[in-house]
Amino acid sequence: MSTLYYTKDHEYISVDGDIGTIGITDHAQQALGDVVFIELPKAGTKLARGKEAAVVESVKAASDVYAAASGEVLEVNKALEAAPGTVNEDAQGRGWFFRLKLSNKAELGDLMDAAAYEAFLKTLD
Amino acid sequence: MLNNQGRPTHAGTAQPSARTFTGNRALMMEEALIFETGRLDVTGVDIEPPAAFTPSLGGLERRAPLDLPGLSEPETMRHYVRLSQKNFSIDAGLYPLGSCTMKHNPRLNEKMARLPGFADIHPLQPVSTVPGALALLAQLGHWLTTMTGMAAVSLVPKAGAHGELCGMMAIKAAIAARGEAATRRVVLVPDSAHGTNPATAALIGFEVRAVPARADGTVDPASVAALMGPDVAAIMLTNPNTCGIFERDIVAIAAIIHEGGGYFYCDGANFNAIVGKTRTGDLGVDAMHINLHKTFSTPHGGGGPGSGPVVLSERLAAFAPVPFVRKSATGLDLVEHAEGQSFGRMSAFHGQMGMFVRALSYMLSHGADGLREASEDAVLNANYVRVCLNDVMSSPFGERPCMHEVLFDDEWLKGSGVTTLDFAKAMIDEGYHPMTMYFPLVVHGAMLIEPTESESLAALDLFIMTLRDLAFSAKRGETGRFTDAPHLAQRRRLDETRAARTPKLRWTPPEVAKAAE
Amino acid sequence: MRYHPHTKSEREAMLARIGVASIDALFADIPADKRLEGLLDLPHGLSEMAVERQLGALAARNVVAGSVPFFCGAGAYRHYVPASVDHLIQRSEFLTSYTPYQPEIAQGTLQYLFEFQTQVAALTGMEVANASMYDGSTAAAEAVLMAHRLTRRSKAVLSGGLHPHYAEAIRTLTAMAGEEASLMPADLRAEEDILAEIDNDTSCVVVQSPDVFGNLRDLRPIAARAHEKGALLIAVFTEVMALGLIEPPGAMGADIVVGEGQSLGNGLNFGGPYVGLMATRQNFIRQMPGRLCGETVDAEGRRGFVLTLSTREQHIRRDKATSNICTNSGLCALAFTIHMSLLGAKGLRQLALVNHARASALAEQLRKVAGVEVINKSFFNEFAVRLKGSASEIVETLAESRVLAGVPYARLAPQAGLDDILLVAVTETTTDADAEALIAALQGALPC
Repeated sequence: MSTLYYTKDHEYISVDGDIGTIGITDHAQQALGDVVFIELPKAGTKLARGKEAAVVESVKAASDVYAAASGEVLEVNKALEAAPGTVNEDAQGRGWFFRLKLSNKAELGDLMDAAAYEAFLKTLD
Repeated sequence: MLNNQGRPTHAGTAQPSARTFTGNRALMMEEALIFETGRLDVTGVDIEPPAAFTPSLGGLERRAPLDLPGLSEPETMRHYVRLSQKNFSIDAGLYPLGSCTMKHNPRLNEKMARLPGFADIHPLQPVSTVPGALALLAQLGHWLTTMTGMAAVSLVPKAGAHGELCGMMAIKAAIAARGEAATRRVVLVPDSAHGTNPATAALIGFEVRAVPARADGTVDPASVAALMGPDVAAIMLTNPNTCGIFERDIVAIAAIIHEGGGYFYCDGANFNAIVGKTRTGDLGVDAMHINLHKTFSTPHGGGGPGSGPVVLSERLAAFAPVPFVRKSATGLDLVEHAEGQSFGRMSAFHGQMGMFVRALSYMLSHGADGLREASEDAVLNANYVRVCLNDVMSSPFGERPCMHEVLFDDEWLKGSGVTTLDFAKAMIDEGYHPMTMYFPLVVHGAMLIEPTESESLAALDLFIMTLRDLAFSAKRGETGRFTDAPHLAQRRRLDETRAARTPKLRWTPPEVAKAAE
Repeated sequence: MRYHPHTKSEREAMLARIGVASIDALFADIPADKRLEGLLDLPHGLSEMAVERQLGALAARNVVAGSVPFFCGAGAYRHYVPASVDHLIQRSEFLTSYTPYQPEIAQGTLQYLFEFQTQVAALTGMEVANASMYDGSTAAAEAVLMAHRLTRRSKAVLSGGLHPHYAEAIRTLTAMAGEEASLMPADLRAEEDILAEIDNDTSCVVVQSPDVFGNLRDLRPIAARAHEKGALLIAVFTEVMALGLIEPPGAMGADIVVGEGQSLGNGLNFGGPYVGLMATRQNFIRQMPGRLCGETVDAEGRRGFVLTLSTREQHIRRDKATSNICTNSGLCALAFTIHMSLLGAKGLRQLALVNHARASALAEQLRKVAGVEVINKSFFNEFAVRLKGSASEIVETLAESRVLAGVPYARLAPQAGLDDILLVAVTETTTDADAEALIAALQGALPC
């Protein structure tokens, strides 16, 4: 059973044991528009929390994706290279970016849960 | 910071408009690519073949095929005339692109640039054979330094962004000369800046630190003071700024930067609003580029060539790049090799001579009186548009006067189902080029309108009435006029998503293209 | 003022509508003590006729290339431009339009850019080209930074055959960016051992062919060594017309090709505006600077063109952009593409052949002149000669008798110790009489 956390930069991290799957939220993909390119980290890269990990681009915009928590990149979603639109279709499912082996699960305590993220989105309007 | 405000870029689908056999619609012609109509054995230039001779190509003759078709002269004329007819232009209509300054391009300037004494001289022919060219460079420099009240000018930069690079390189060289290269590494850039500012600073190794704007769109000296420190090399500030507002605290900002040991780079993209009204040098600026293609009306040419001379303060003059013209006892010298503190050479030759001739022709035509009048009329026109639209559209910074361009946001479209993009596309159906949109980034759904001094009162009134009509239509919920627009242009909305996801950047023969799929 | 439509009464009516008493009220944000009260210390405006008289007088003081025997090259070449080219680029719709931000009403510009990109890619033998750069020298500097991004290395090796202005433009930019570009000594006879300079830290090697002395260079061994060491080959040219006759860099393994396109469609203009060309491999496009035009369809499914891959650029990436460039050299690129369309491959080859034939004939004649040594074994339309004496002084002497003999290498690189080297360029515009005038003038000026 996985638990979802959110950042203020509109990333989600879905945590299952000590594995976290990171992507951008549905709100983020809507704001960017049609995603056309994604630059993913290399497997094996060690990321510190808050460090730039990936870049997601639409036609008129680009956004850095930061590591929501520290850890080592285990796997990246290679399918996005050929089909970046997957992020628009299913941002929080098939549109995941990369998986981390978390090195400090305590960091997750600083993130928002779904309800808190919903409330955060309301403050942005 | 990245620009992360997206917008729809897929084309959607629309019902085809009335079909013709050719696809043409009266004067709107479809035109194939030259690769589809040209033939490999055709040429539109008659060339006398040379007598037999022994080539000296060192065994490097071309073996790779060159599949470029040729066209006869009549085919060439028709092809490019038809292509030209697919473009909007200043000569054909009001082109209110904010920050781009689409003013009238006088044809005298074209004629002057084509005088053989300017157009048919070589950059490296003996200096003794080009005294008129050196005199022109000196005269243009004199006009630019007089207008700005600055000590020196480099004519080298080939565009505005190249000018920024030139000015920031001079600043970097000056900082290195003070022995502070390792410590002063930060450049302050307001959030509202044009993207070239942070890109330029980063290109030569500076770290960019953002300066927030205050509620009225200007920079607060207190924010600058808070960020200023011994690590700051410079500030890059656009004035008038990208919101179309004069930075009223510019003198205080300059003082803070100077007291902290930094330099003041001013982005002069909007210099056209203030020529003859104030001088950059009096405001404390150390370097500013001037877009000759904006303020001095050298033609934009579909995206270039530009020209971006940089004026420099006394403190930076010695660091200017080569080449430059220098007064000597006997006349004018051309300095082509770096000496003293010059930061060196940033491109081949002397700069955009063709643009210099056009710009000087513009300046001579206007004179001190006409240049001031141009600034005043540009500001008058923008404010006239502002007061005639601000009851129907929304201004992010309230009722205050603007300079040469007026900024609206999309607050007034909220709930209408119409976006800034839709509104812009509907303007196309009405025969107008859209304003600059979604820039500056500090304003949501920005619409930046710059009418320029070239527009008559009648042309402005019709433009205003059109925008009012569109605004009321949007507020009435007539979304069909907007969301599918343009309906009447050569092309409907183009699928930019597809272009970016599967880039097709050159023509390939159909059989090759098919095989690749 | 003839360019300003408003009358006095219209201005007054507009000010009243705005609700201010005077135009100066709209400039109230300018600090009071910084406002200019009177006019700038510059002359009053002039009529068209008066401007033409002034500028015409300046122009008349220059020696027009087309009016004398003329042999200057070294990065800018005097070619004949068909009359239709200049007519077409002055069409209002090309001349007075902006960057094609609204593709629905800018298909004209976009389609010619697509045609231009295709032509440049074909000429250079590369997969893709961009929509042009400022000029050849700045394109070369940008290419080096691009190679650094692609290889994640920061040490470029510059051939001694590279045009000194290009080498300086590259070195200025790389030095400012905190990167390295080492320049080999001037290489008069294309004899340098550049392969030995390429090591595992090299990001790219930059080689010009025809080089600044006119020598043609086989790029294949250089490409092979560069690739073996994980480096890229940047091929440079200053005379695009050569590509009609010589093997293109793309066919010899180049990874990035940059050069000057002025020779097609564009005049000398004392050095600018010109049109920089840049081409590369398809898989490098995300690191390529400059505008790119791509094909797509509109909402009715019809073919159309748009600017694309703009997330590389400064207006979106800001400080993370590939470059700060935000224009191309639009109208010069249009002139290039029209001239190229007129020529086609057939015309270009013929024209290049005429250039080479005329240059070969002059080289042959010069070999017979006492005090002149032709250096090159190979060349296209420009070659180097060693003169008995200072090339700069001899060029000045000949200029007095209205023969522009070429570019002394020392003008480009005074410290190279090649004061006796003259670069001589010959094009289709050079007549037999021009060649004879040069020979006669040289014979008169050189010590026997």
